[in-house]
Amino acid sequence: MREEIIVSGRMNAMVDPNLHIWHWQIPLYLFLGGMAAGILCIAALYFIRGRENDYRTAVRITPFLTPVLLVLGLLALLIDLRHKLYFWQLYTNIRLQSPMSWGAWTLMVITPVSFIWCALHIRDLFPNWDWKYNWLKAIETFFNKYKKALAWVMLIYGLILGIYTGILLSAFNARPLWNTSILGPLFLASGLSAGAAATLIMSKNKEERKQFARIDLVIIGIELFLIVHMFMGFLASTQVQIDAARLFLGGPYTTIFWVFVIMLGLLLPAILEILELRKYHIPAIIPAIMVIFGSLMLRFVIVYAGQASRWLY
Amino acid sequence: MRYAMAVDTKKCVGCSDCVVACQTENNVPIGYCRDWVVEVTDGTYPQLEMEIRSERCNHCANAPCVRCCPTGASHIVEGGIVLVTPTECIGCGACIASCPYDARYPHPKGYVDKCTFCEHRIKNGMSPSCVEVCPTKCLYFGDLDDPNSNVSNVLRLRKYKTLIPEAGTDPQLFFLI
Amino acid sequence: MANRREFIKISLYGAGILAAGAGTYKVIKALSKEEEEEIKKLAIDLKRTPTYCEVCFWKCAGWVYKNPDGSIWKIIGNEDDQNCNGRLCPRGTGGIGMYYDGDRLKTPLIRTEARGKQVFREASWDEALTYISEKMQKIAKEHGPECIALFTHGSGGKYFGDLLKAFGSTNIAAPSYAQCRGPREVGFMATFGEGLESPEPTDIRDTKCLVLIGSHIGENMHNGQVQEMSDAIDKGAVIITVDPRFSTAAGKSKYWLPIKPATDMALLLSWIHIIISEELYDKNYVEKHTYGFDQLKEAVKSYTPEWAYGITTIKPDIIRKTAKEMADASPAVIVHPGRHVTWYGDDTQRSRAIAILNALLGSWGRRGGFFRPETFEMPTYPHPDFPEPVRTWRDAFPGKYVLADLALANGICDATIPVTTRDCSFKGWIVNGTNLIETLPNQKQTIEAIQNLDLLAVVDTMPMEITGWADVILPECTYLERYDSIRTGPARTPQIALRMPAVEPSNNSKPAYWIARQLALKLGLEKYFPHENLEDLLDWQLKETGSSLEEMKRIGVKTFPRSADDLYFSDDEEVEFYTNTGKIELYSTSFLNEGFDPVPTYTAHPEPPEGFYRLIYGRAPMHTFSRTSNNPYLFDLMDENLLWVNPKVAKQWYLKNGQEVFLENQDGVRSQFPIKVRITERIRWDSVYMVHGFGHADKKLSRTYGRGASDAKLITNVMLDPIMGGTGMRGNFVTFILDKAETEVAS
Repeated sequence: MREEIIVSGRMNAMVDPNLHIWHWQIPLYLFLGGMAAGILCIAALYFIRGRENDYRTAVRITPFLTPVLLVLGLLALLIDLRHKLYFWQLYTNIRLQSPMSWGAWTLMVITPVSFIWCALHIRDLFPNWDWKYNWLKAIETFFNKYKKALAWVMLIYGLILGIYTGILLSAFNARPLWNTSILGPLFLASGLSAGAAATLIMSKNKEERKQFARIDLVIIGIELFLIVHMFMGFLASTQVQIDAARLFLGGPYTTIFWVFVIMLGLLLPAILEILELRKYHIPAIIPAIMVIFGSLMLRFVIVYAGQASRWLY
Repeated sequence: MRYAMAVDTKKCVGCSDCVVACQTENNVPIGYCRDWVVEVTDGTYPQLEMEIRSERCNHCANAPCVRCCPTGASHIVEGGIVLVTPTECIGCGACIASCPYDARYPHPKGYVDKCTFCEHRIKNGMSPSCVEVCPTKCLYFGDLDDPNSNVSNVLRLRKYKTLIPEAGTDPQLFFLI
Repeated sequence: MANRREFIKISLYGAGILAAGAGTYKVIKALSKEEEEEIKKLAIDLKRTPTYCEVCFWKCAGWVYKNPDGSIWKIIGNEDDQNCNGRLCPRGTGGIGMYYDGDRLKTPLIRTEARGKQVFREASWDEALTYISEKMQKIAKEHGPECIALFTHGSGGKYFGDLLKAFGSTNIAAPSYAQCRGPREVGFMATFGEGLESPEPTDIRDTKCLVLIGSHIGENMHNGQVQEMSDAIDKGAVIITVDPRFSTAAGKSKYWLPIKPATDMALLLSWIHIIISEELYDKNYVEKHTYGFDQLKEAVKSYTPEWAYGITTIKPDIIRKTAKEMADASPAVIVHPGRHVTWYGDDTQRSRAIAILNALLGSWGRRGGFFRPETFEMPTYPHPDFPEPVRTWRDAFPGKYVLADLALANGICDATIPVTTRDCSFKGWIVNGTNLIETLPNQKQTIEAIQNLDLLAVVDTMPMEITGWADVILPECTYLERYDSIRTGPARTPQIALRMPAVEPSNNSKPAYWIARQLALKLGLEKYFPHENLEDLLDWQLKETGSSLEEMKRIGVKTFPRSADDLYFSDDEEVEFYTNTGKIELYSTSFLNEGFDPVPTYTAHPEPPEGFYRLIYGRAPMHTFSRTSNNPYLFDLMDENLLWVNPKVAKQWYLKNGQEVFLENQDGVRSQFPIKVRITERIRWDSVYMVHGFGHADKKLSRTYGRGASDAKLITNVMLDPIMGGTGMRGNFVTFILDKAETEVAS
């Protein structure tokens, strides 16, 4: 028997006995940011491909959620910081080796971009909107002229926003559960599916809803594929990764993961959407909410379980 | 100049003097520690073996905590010592999550703290507080680039290991076995 | 165009803001750099004052460093000090916690309700001291001054001792005698003519073979010995550890003998047998310096390794191999006498066996064995002679414990309970620096004794179990806040160390010297305490030796040359031993005279019944007895003790690691608090182990109250040593109680 203990009474807050340095603020931000990224990417993509009129909700309405999501996300991040007065230091450095630095700057770009995109479409919500000041009207004209470039910016930074959180976590090789390159694409896919689900809820156009149901289905398939390969990767790897995978295969996070993330977040909505496409009458809002819920739970489970996985003691 | 520390596990008795000396020297708040002692026992009674190690931040040459810091608060100074500038630290906790040795902790004042190899002492020619207090003299500290420093000598004469070398961080804390 | 102009305006504004921002940032950065420099300016020596530590008896000398605002920052060892060589142990380093502990006693307290209810009211010093002096005088009038006893463990003992002697009583006891090292003092005195004292004169740094039988150096933090053991390891010394538990020392040993508990005597006798029969002893030394070799040889004739194997479970070839290792290293070999040797009641004889073994190996007085320590002789300030006491504690035990050289704490405790066969009992106790409830075994008897007292005055720094029973509690300030007598040794070279206050006494606490002197004034004994301030006495003493208080404040420690170059025996020296025969007595004439075995014999001791496990206890390097468990720094290192349980036993009882259990001993006494189980291979399956000093029942100890369990409470079976009255404590067995206990809290 091997007995390995710390005899000097180490009990650093939030580090011992298990790392729990990140609480609800981080998974909440990951979810809000991921969903916003998904919405913006879809909006930008369809705009660039000229399908703006086919998918008016996706391109013009759903993006109105994103400023709220992003601001709430930023607030969550700010609350999480332990040295809040110095948060501005994030913006006096660009550190290419730190995914968190990319994130800070990406948010710095995409939040105003999302505001601008919404501003350009403000008349979809308030038909008689008047900008009042000339310089505001000048800005509107400017961006309308370069809307496609703006869409490209939105697409690229949206993709970065959606994927960088997964890359940020996967760069922590000290937490074996996160240390897989599948995490980035998984988070992006999850964000895209949440974004698609948002449009699914908000759209009044039947064709649009059908298209987005199909998109959601495909993305769920991709997510399941990625998750399966993530587990296969862990179980075929070193002991620490096997122990990490065991957190979900009999460990403390088993139930939450399989029930909330897989069943309620992926499989059940997939089944419901297939049934709906087969003309069974299911209110579209149910699978959409389940998908969004699953996306949120995925973030929570990964962040909490990841902190429980470790190399030592 | 490459500072490193060697811990002689054959002499360490696990008294934890290094822990409390560091605490008083560096005003580490009670409830937190910058270094700690691990005791490993293998075997079945009465065929038993024991290893005792005094551990701390490894001041890795390839430090993930420095790479992941978004503000550059976590940085490396001359000699390879990994330090945190409290006024640049935003308290995001990424470095804490990135350390495979769990060597960092969130200071109650908000920034992240950890062993500094007593940088404020070594630049005045003294050794780190833990090295100076250890009753068994099992801690060796010095410049690896100097072939005559006591660290270089002891690493030349004894077998040693590092902790989880497979994590790839290139730690500079060596355990003599 | 308007757009372009607007654009340029916005851009210029933006650039201006950025520039201003960068400028402000640079300024802030410069300011915060200054702040950082302030934070980091820790390395430069600020003010420091010398002291010697009081956390344990080793008394390492050190320097107390202070912050710019005068508060205590840290304490570092004095490099010139022989006890610590500039390196304090964790208790010493954390000693500043004693000063900062918020639970400290702050003001004198007088009991207002029945003893044990722990209801006190605050009182002024004058009131409290008057109460004590009046009670003392009453007891002296009704029963005699000898009926007041002092229990002490620490520097204050000198002053309260002088007070009591001046008052007319010599009944001064330190529990460290009959509860700890007493048996080995008597055993070594019977053999070598002198005891071992503290610190023991073991020459570990030069030894080639260190035998630890009943000593767990590394967990017991005798600073100098741990340091020297490390030096010995560096030099390639062989360590042989005999312990039923895989101790830290065992982890560093070439040979670990996992002996069956209570059978150490058999192993020692067998080693003696081998060393004699295979002629491995130091022939010159034995011939020159010892008496009784032939009688010894005859007496150990039958103690073969095969015989010992059957008793100890140590294989015969290991016994032979380890004996050979010892002999090969001779005379640089130490069979360590241990310290807390009060185990089974035959402890004086077991210490005799260890002394005999050392004598055969020729290690006493030789390099790598035992050196001859020297204590510095400090001049005593002239004072009138102390009165001759009419009675001493020995009168309570007529004809018994003749060989005990110091008073028995348990003896005084016993003699406090009135019995018909004794015409008087102790009526008053003064307790200083020792938590008697956790120190004396058989708590019930200690409490019964206390209930029979007319006066219990406790002088302490922290609220402990004993203070809960007191009539008057006097808050002593910590060693960091006071002067004390000059430390004089013993050591390899005579050395003195000064303790001076680093800070003023906090709250309303006072130094022991002041308390003792104030009591003396109230009792009319001022001529025994002529100096109002202790530092005046210290200055006088130091000036008599050619130094001064001012010099000692600067250097902290002063070393003097030995009076003679006799650290070890020289080859042609005719050594005189203070025994009856003038030689090392392998066959003890003094024991023979008192009717005890002149050569130790083996006695079998009771073994644990079915379902019970022997309770073994020991030390942790970060704590000193029960004294430090509330110290914030040391509590941080170790906040509770754990019960070591062998995995086989855990399996039988379905115990999980970290599970809380209550313990019940063979007499039905239960632990007040539960203790967490540590399942470890390091303990034998017939025993359980815990560190002593936890399970505090005093609620005023905010950190440590209720943490861990108290082994002292479970030690109710006391195996009394007939030779010197030591209390053997390892004959207690416990079983696990897995549901909640209903014992009332009675502190």
